[in-house]
Amino acid sequence: MKRAPTHSYPGLNLGRRHPGADKASEVVTFGFWVFLMSDLVYFGLMFAIYITMIDAQAGGPGPHELFDLKSIFAQTLILLTSSLTVGLAMLALKYNLPRSRIVLWFGVTLVLGLSFLVLEIRDFVAMADKGGIPQRSGFLSAFYGLVPLHGLHVAAGCLWLIVLGIQLRLMGLTDLLMSRVVRLALFWHFLDLIWIGIITIVYFGGLTYG
Amino acid sequence: MDRRSEMHRRERRRYVIGYGGSLLLTIAVFSIAYVFGIETKGVYLAIGLLGLAQLIVQLVYFLHIDRRRSSREDLDLVLFSTLVLLIIIVGTVWIMGNLAVRMHTIPM
Repeated sequence: MKRAPTHSYPGLNLGRRHPGADKASEVVTFGFWVFLMSDLVYFGLMFAIYITMIDAQAGGPGPHELFDLKSIFAQTLILLTSSLTVGLAMLALKYNLPRSRIVLWFGVTLVLGLSFLVLEIRDFVAMADKGGIPQRSGFLSAFYGLVPLHGLHVAAGCLWLIVLGIQLRLMGLTDLLMSRVVRLALFWHFLDLIWIGIITIVYFGGLTYG
Repeated sequence: MDRRSEMHRRERRRYVIGYGGSLLLTIAVFSIAYVFGIETKGVYLAIGLLGLAQLIVQLVYFLHIDRRRSSREDLDLVLFSTLVLLIIIVGTVWIMGNLAVRMHTIPM
């Protein structure tokens, strides 16, 4: 199949300036995209369970008592901003900016990712204090099956950022590492997409129908 | 060299536009929830549509998925996964909802 040279895999392409890394990225990034879509189906199942469980509150605390929209708003802004900074790190890589710039944007992304996790865990603790624990009701089991699953993905992304940062320091900008950065950026943007689904269906949907 | 920084500016602007658009949509969603309250189906419909718009903005500006020929295969994969997802979600909600009605846990 003939492909245009400008765009051969999802996400930002490294392009002609990095022919080796660009070539190395083509097949693996498409494969990674397939993984992300199967992950999407997994998240979709959890969403389906949540929707069917929304009324199964068994007299326990429901969305109105448990959800703190201010914290959700803050988490949304943090995750959205980190999606921008991971994109800027990609651009710094693509246009051969000094490596310190890449490390800077990686660092900002990591700090934002960790702050997101801190806020999310604080929310879970506050929920547990109000009696919102997974075993309380079907609704809460479904909630804890879905939202922390996303949090776990963010934590994995943070770990990936740290490992990749160390690798970049030790090995420099090799083709292999550049192609890994491409996939990390893709993963990170994907997590933001899932988060939009979570605020729309879990939080606002829960408050409307729960 | 000049062409390169021109390209860089253009691609950076693309990310910033995507960020600005997503930011506006996020703020719109939360303001609607704050001003109108989250009780009625009309408000939730508006929130859902804005969420969908934000998904599309991020797919286009962050993930660079669009109708260009070169990214068509990525788009195909997204659309097929979305189809599978919709079958799973709509099917589950339909069957479980129907079951709940028949078991009289929720009124007809």
